[in-house]
Amino acid sequence: MQACHLAARDIACRRGDRLLFKGLSFSLQGGEALHLAGPNGIGKSSLIRILAGLLRPFAGAVDREGALALSDERLALDGHQPLGAALAFWRRIDGSAEGGADFGLEDLLDVPVRYLSTGQRKRAALARVAASQAAIWLLDEPLNGLDTQWAAVAQDRIAAHLAGGGAVVIASHQPLALAGVRELALREYVA
Amino acid sequence: MIARLWPIFTRDLALLLRGAQGRGGAVLPLLFFLAVAMLFPFAVGPDARLLGRTGAGVIWVAALLAAILPLDRLVEPDLEAGFFDQWALRGIAEEALLLVRIVAHWISFGVPLLLAAPLSAGLLSLDAGQLRVVELGLLLGTPGLAAIGVTIAALTAGLRAGAALGGLLAIPLAVPLLIFGAGSLQPGGEGGLLLLAATSLAALAIAPFAGGAAIRAGRE
Repeated sequence: MQACHLAARDIACRRGDRLLFKGLSFSLQGGEALHLAGPNGIGKSSLIRILAGLLRPFAGAVDREGALALSDERLALDGHQPLGAALAFWRRIDGSAEGGADFGLEDLLDVPVRYLSTGQRKRAALARVAASQAAIWLLDEPLNGLDTQWAAVAQDRIAAHLAGGGAVVIASHQPLALAGVRELALREYVA
Repeated sequence: MIARLWPIFTRDLALLLRGAQGRGGAVLPLLFFLAVAMLFPFAVGPDARLLGRTGAGVIWVAALLAAILPLDRLVEPDLEAGFFDQWALRGIAEEALLLVRIVAHWISFGVPLLLAAPLSAGLLSLDAGQLRVVELGLLLGTPGLAAIGVTIAALTAGLRAGAALGGLLAIPLAVPLLIFGAGSLQPGGEGGLLLLAATSLAALAIAPFAGGAAIRAGRE
């Protein structure tokens, strides 16, 4: 995997007329994981979108080297398509071969996406991220809706990605069982 | 870039032609277009001379209304499902995406209109010469209508009542196309076709940038 790097410099985020956080900085290299922690509404998802370049920070800047993959509450898979075809659409765009991590979706590949359960949809989103071959994964609540078995599998996949030289940012209000993950408590940056 | 846009184009086209996920498909605007052409003789009576004089203008109004019909399905569902975010993440410009969508939209609504025009010309007692000008005008004008439609769809995506608002916004923008398109049917109005082509090209040139800016602004 290519060398990757993600750094935030003095970021502030404003939503509407509310300043959510300010002065937030970190630097992330390949092989490192960052856990964005904090209660609901503190700005975890907004920070993920800022890091993804989808939202302009109110102040500060993001430096990035390496391709991004994002999993958030929007699945970006066609509801009427069978899961296999919906995932294949992104593989064609990303030019990737059959995705590495399977997340136990083999039996669901011919099921239309709209019939998937919450946990199955989350696994599909993670499979899309894993198949994208991007070095930097931005995961917004990746364990929501996953049972203990699949939460463990998902964290194994994340650990494997880190071992392969990738970087991961995880926004989650749940504790993670990942080794060597750095925690960034957004509470400390509340404006 | 082309290799990445191709799967996006085929997906756009399949969704717009077939209609899925709340998209109506290509059949609805087409039937709507024919329905308007069919209603008009009922309203003004079967006088062939009157129909022949006004019918071509009616075809243009029907085409404009048919173009408005699928507006709320053009951009909104993909924005809502996160597709545009995922494309942005991969560094694919919104402008390229919208240009692809304009082409797909034109194929799914402009081409069926071209095919249906002879039928509506029969309903409205147009002669062969008029039909030829109508077909030429639609060929030149519908790409502009598609461009305006996609721009308005991008602008109103995510707004409440975006569908009704989209129709209201698209009509004034499409007026020049209507004037030149219908005007080209007047005696000695062939110059209208050139102006129609020019207006269509201008709309095509501006639309991807205006729509792209709208989608980016909508993320804030």
